[in-house]
Amino acid sequence: MALEVMARAAAPIPLDVAFRAGPGEVLALVGHSGAGKTTLLRIIAGLWRPETARVRANGTTWLDTAAGIDLPPHRRRIGIVFQNYALFPHMTALQNVMAAMDRADRHEAGRILGLVSLHDLADRRPAQLSGGQQQRVALARALARRPQALLLDEPFSAVDRATREKLHGEIIALRAHLAMPVVLVTHDVNEAQLLADRMVVIDGGQVVRADSTAEVMADPAALRALGLREVAVMLPATVAEQLPDGLTRLDTATGPIFLPTVESDPGTRVRVRIMAHEVILSRARPQGLSAQNILAGTVARIVAGQGPGIIVHVTVGENEILARITRRAAEQMRLTPGDPVHAILKSMSVARDHVAPEATGSAR
Amino acid sequence: MDWTALWLSLRLAAWTVALLLPVSILMGRFLAYREFRSKGLVEALVMLPLVLPPTVFGFYLLVAFGRNSPVGELWQSLFGHQLVFTFEGLVVASVIFNIPFAIQPAQRGFEAIPPEVREAASCCGMSPLASLWKVELPLAWPGLMTAMVLTFAHTLGEFGIVLMVGGSIPGETRTIAISIYDKVQAFDDRSAAVMSATLVAISLFTIAVTFWLSSRMGRRLS
Repeated sequence: MALEVMARAAAPIPLDVAFRAGPGEVLALVGHSGAGKTTLLRIIAGLWRPETARVRANGTTWLDTAAGIDLPPHRRRIGIVFQNYALFPHMTALQNVMAAMDRADRHEAGRILGLVSLHDLADRRPAQLSGGQQQRVALARALARRPQALLLDEPFSAVDRATREKLHGEIIALRAHLAMPVVLVTHDVNEAQLLADRMVVIDGGQVVRADSTAEVMADPAALRALGLREVAVMLPATVAEQLPDGLTRLDTATGPIFLPTVESDPGTRVRVRIMAHEVILSRARPQGLSAQNILAGTVARIVAGQGPGIIVHVTVGENEILARITRRAAEQMRLTPGDPVHAILKSMSVARDHVAPEATGSAR
Repeated sequence: MDWTALWLSLRLAAWTVALLLPVSILMGRFLAYREFRSKGLVEALVMLPLVLPPTVFGFYLLVAFGRNSPVGELWQSLFGHQLVFTFEGLVVASVIFNIPFAIQPAQRGFEAIPPEVREAASCCGMSPLASLWKVELPLAWPGLMTAMVLTFAHTLGEFGIVLMVGGSIPGETRTIAISIYDKVQAFDDRSAAVMSATLVAISLFTIAVTFWLSSRMGRRLS
């Protein structure tokens, strides 16, 4: 089950994009608002048709302007979660889910609501649900369609931060059940990095870079479109201990790190998003420093961009940390690949929503 | 009390509502969803019966339905009698002069549905007909209800056009509004008063029911 998309248009926004999402893969379309991300989703869903486009899902052609094929939305097996959910206000949560089924099946609809932990609220109408709950109903409704592609249009933008964190965790957990490609539109690079296997960076209707999330997040050229402050890696770690002072100790391949409370049980495997601009490098292991996290590693490569900054890839055990430092600092330290260095990270520099459960997706 | 006239008025109103309901759904939906260049002109035409004096409008209908007009001729050849001064003629006139009352509120009702809710319906696999039945009609229902109630009440009360197109033939075209006028002309104030009060009661009842239904609907959605 794969999704292939090609689209070209001159208006309302110039667009020239092609990408492919594999079965079970989460593909993030990332870019600033107005870059054309939502328009692409609408093309896939059949809600808008550009001059030239081709959309194939699971071997079926949904749209081919050259061949004159254009299936209406209701004949495409599409699951879509709109930015504002667009639930049917006159139906209960359960009826919303049943509305997307070929043959309304109360039992199956209940099971799908269970997948998003909403079983207890099945009889509520959307107006009686919180934003996060509405979002989950929308997701359940999209899944009830048994879609060949699942489209998420900024699905977490209308909920508060705490709810968003929880929903991120649930999406990651849900992935094990999903066999279809998932296309996530977001302007939040953190979200993309937490959830996506691959990223397509879009700027001005053009693909700037399409690659695995790790590759894109290490590419200064790709990130220029998103803001270099977003350069970051996902470092795997295991929750080890909740400390009495409010910190959590996590074990990484090369030693412990301390972060503000991570609400997970000891033994839980997580990924921690380490922002490159928060990382300090030191040749010697520093002493008398307030920073709690010092990871020993080796310089793997140094990537210079156009500006005064450079990105240093530091191998830490089996993983890599990125440090964004000035070119001047790198020259003073005479950093070259192969050098041993220490990466230093303030505990407080890791935001709460930058810790995510380990993904259990099929396409990894 | 002229029971025949009351019954005739109710029948006329029911027929008008029944014939205008599908029109108001189709036209209201079309005007609500589509943008086109002459939309303003179409909307103005829909509103025209509202601003024309009933006698003027009735005069044009009389001419248009008359024996020498194409419509009148067609009717005569199809049904063997003329259209003016008959109940059928009244129904046709009533449908036409109620168009603004039927279409406007329906259009507002459909306009109140967020576009992404309609898009969600089609992405849920609903054909346009299924979407209309399961999503759009339940949501546009308050607007449609208003349209039908206004049409019903307005038909009961219309005077000028009915008199022009139908005259005042008992059991055929004499509606309750015209009967009241006839009674007053005949100095039968008592009958006129009873019939007027009946009309007030019916109108009040219909409007009260609509308000009650639409507030119940509003509570359900918010």
